[in-house]
Amino acid sequence: METTTASPDKFTAKELVTDQEVRWCPGCGDYSILKQAQTVIPELGIPRENIVFVSGIGCSSRFPYYMETFGMHSIHGRATAIASGLKATRPELSIWLVTGDGDGLSIGGNHTIHLLRRNFNLNVLLFNNEIYGLTKGQYSPTSEEGKVTKSTPMGSVDHPFNPIALCLGADATFVARSMDRDPKHLQAMLKRANDHKGASFLEIYQNCNVFNDGAFEVFTEKASKKKETLFMESGQPLVFGDNNELGIKLDGFTPIVVNLNEGASANDLWIHDDRDRVKAGILARFFDNPRAAGEHHLPRPFGVFYQEDRPVYEEKMIAQLDNMKAKRGEGDLDALLRGRETWTIS
Amino acid sequence: MAGTREIPIFAHHLRALFIMAQTQEVLDNVIIKFAGDSGDGMQLTGTQFTNTAALLGNDLSTFPDFPAEIRAPQGTLAGVSGFQLHFGSVEIFTPGDYCDVLVAMNAAALKANLRNIRKGGTIIVNVDGFDAKNLRLAGYGDVNPLENGSVDNFRVVKMDVTKMTRAALDGSGLGVKEIDRAKNMFVLGYLYWMYNRSMEHTIKFINEKFEKKPDIRDANLKVLNAGYNFGETREEATSRFSIGPAKIAPGTYRNIMGNQAVAIGLIAAAKKAGLQLFYGTYPITPASDILHELSRHKNFNVKTFQAEDEIAGICSAIGASFGGALAVTGSSGPGIALKTEAMGLALMLELPLVIINVQRGGPSTGLPTKTEQSDLLQAVYGRNGEAPIPVIAAATPSDCFYMAYEACRLAIDFMTPVMLLTDGYIANGAEPWMFPKSSDLPDIKVNFAKNVEGEKFLPYKRNEKLSRPWAIPGTKGLEHRIGGIEKQHETGNISYDAANHEFMVELRENKVEKIADYIPEIKPEIGTEKGKLLVLGWGSTYGAIKSAVLKAREKNIDVTFAHLRYIRPFPKNLGEFLKNYDHVLIPEMNRGQLIKMIRDKFLIPAIAFNKVQGLPFSAEEILTRIEELSKK
Repeated sequence: METTTASPDKFTAKELVTDQEVRWCPGCGDYSILKQAQTVIPELGIPRENIVFVSGIGCSSRFPYYMETFGMHSIHGRATAIASGLKATRPELSIWLVTGDGDGLSIGGNHTIHLLRRNFNLNVLLFNNEIYGLTKGQYSPTSEEGKVTKSTPMGSVDHPFNPIALCLGADATFVARSMDRDPKHLQAMLKRANDHKGASFLEIYQNCNVFNDGAFEVFTEKASKKKETLFMESGQPLVFGDNNELGIKLDGFTPIVVNLNEGASANDLWIHDDRDRVKAGILARFFDNPRAAGEHHLPRPFGVFYQEDRPVYEEKMIAQLDNMKAKRGEGDLDALLRGRETWTIS
Repeated sequence: MAGTREIPIFAHHLRALFIMAQTQEVLDNVIIKFAGDSGDGMQLTGTQFTNTAALLGNDLSTFPDFPAEIRAPQGTLAGVSGFQLHFGSVEIFTPGDYCDVLVAMNAAALKANLRNIRKGGTIIVNVDGFDAKNLRLAGYGDVNPLENGSVDNFRVVKMDVTKMTRAALDGSGLGVKEIDRAKNMFVLGYLYWMYNRSMEHTIKFINEKFEKKPDIRDANLKVLNAGYNFGETREEATSRFSIGPAKIAPGTYRNIMGNQAVAIGLIAAAKKAGLQLFYGTYPITPASDILHELSRHKNFNVKTFQAEDEIAGICSAIGASFGGALAVTGSSGPGIALKTEAMGLALMLELPLVIINVQRGGPSTGLPTKTEQSDLLQAVYGRNGEAPIPVIAAATPSDCFYMAYEACRLAIDFMTPVMLLTDGYIANGAEPWMFPKSSDLPDIKVNFAKNVEGEKFLPYKRNEKLSRPWAIPGTKGLEHRIGGIEKQHETGNISYDAANHEFMVELRENKVEKIADYIPEIKPEIGTEKGKLLVLGWGSTYGAIKSAVLKAREKNIDVTFAHLRYIRPFPKNLGEFLKNYDHVLIPEMNRGQLIKMIRDKFLIPAIAFNKVQGLPFSAEEILTRIEELSKK
């Protein structure tokens, strides 16, 4: 979401820290996300009093308590709906929605897709740890099939959501992915989400070191990160690998991995275009489970998959009010009370 | 209207008046029911007749009664759509018990309504709707009820409506389907003749509605006149009736339906409070008309949001309230059930929010288009935890305006969600309303919290009403967090402290109870401060009880009527008031919900009178019960 203001009073990252003790488990990925948000937000030029964090229920949803801004810790899955009403009535506010894979994709899944299609100008930060943490370790709608958890001792039979594909399917106007363990990238993505005018969806891979430790380690740990991740930048070729020797080429609609050291030409590589909806759909499907897939699987993309400019809901709503005022004038309460037809008894 | 041609009817009118002057009967009130297939235009016919009656100064009350299906199979009982109108030169409180005149467009319409016609009443039938097919569909088999004695106790006026409509439009160039659609105008014209009404209003309506379709406009006008002339030239002796204007309080009136009144009440409250109005909702029968009405008034800073579901409806409203808007959600029973968790959030957040429940028959999907009062306990108690919410209820269609306004006032003054109960009966019913001037409406004061230099902001600090500050985003220095978790007194910080929890639970309850200091005490609507029998009503039973009690008092029965508009909290004097009567009768369209609360709180042996048929009480039913009790 994009917010511009005159010259607001400056504030520091430190001033975004509240007097509340942070109660996430030691080692939780949420700490890093909080830190990056507190680092980035003072740089955005938004008056602090215009910033609102809204969350639902879950570990991630404690977030607002730790941000010295306006905030609401609401009920499970509904932050999206609450933020919609707030944005509809207070379009000048900078609204940040913090949710998780359970909150935003399971109990609140319906509101998430509708928020995205309506395109309210706000930011959705979905902390995906592929597990239910606050209820102590049940599988989530993003847990992989076969996942053994407290509620699935024989393994989960649920097919998981692909959050990026889901959001593209809901016609989101900004879809990106980052991770807790890459502060620089996460900061950049938070900024990009804020810069986009419209509903910005940012999935953040977040490690739950208590109930699902290591879920994303192949993407975050040094030994495997370069081979298993693909950092997308618009206008740049899709390359990855220890020395960026691997690249993605499109064969028709099928992406294939090529090795530039083994005769593939850099000129044949897919150049990322974050405004190409069709290709974003293909990138969203780079969703192989690196553990289950064989050697020749696709890397997991990070960065902005897709963005487009589309009028935002609250402005269209206000335009209707303005149109009607222009046509009929400001509402005259006595005329409304009187209605169209009256009669007088004397 | 410019560019439209009005067919002159006034000459007919005058001649009719002249010819018929001697055979005219003066009545003080009449109940007409229009019934036909749901595609027959009975609602429109009824509304037209109603508006004309209103403009002629009659007092009136109406009740539409339509099937849940939009187009149920033609000719069947399930497809019968009705519109009942009670109008008169006397005060009218209900749409009436038994109709004096039934308009039956087909056999099914007759079958569905036969037992609701007064003995000796008139049945106007469209004989074309009684052919073999219609008789079979209505379940009459081969027997025509018009010929087997079924209608011997009534005066029957047979008309070939379909045939005469087609004849009137012969050569009009319209197709049979379009021609048949004008049938209802024939009946309407005839009734205008029968009740000596001016057709001016309906002619104006047709001219406006079909301004862009001149052939349809002309067809409707022609058939309307044909129906009127049919009355005039019919050779069978038929009485004409005249009903003078009602002697109701002098003033300027309009016609109002309950849902419309709710919408206007909300707009008025927002305007007086200087706030934008936000209505977050999901379509549901019979509440959707509130959304429809509000969405027509965007120039009053009204934002309507048709959410993806009921939960999003209320949650979006909670967000809007956090932002400082007058926020409202509306639904009916099943939707309210879905909103309950969010209602709990709103009361924990202590944000103003109005929740409207236009009750319908339950449980589950129940009877979507029928009326009931069975969500009272849901409203008062239906949430997890100790979750008190003020509950108020509207008595009549026009009362919906005042109670919607009052719900907004209480929500803002006490920083609380407020539940307003109406029901399908008054939501769709209409009555004349001596509307107020905006300047006569009580003020609603909004004081958004401001930062006080050097003072720590406490989001849950209380004022004398135990109400907390409304501190909206965008206010510098008031950054704070609120949520659904139990909070510490004054600071609003999360607190799991045992003693604090109990303290806060009691505080939230006391806050709601405190409202009793700011609402009117209960007093008799009719009757005396002390007496033998009190009939205590709430919600839409108002009209039926009032009519019944008036009739009972004419029969010298010692009976008083009082009506509850405030259910949580009750008026402060209710306990003392109830003790002034030997017996208390509580009629409710449920299995006895208010009575549970009354017995619980005041330990009195109140007497229940319950009806759960999806239909309002008739005044006669209540009168009978009063008469029985008066013999005790």
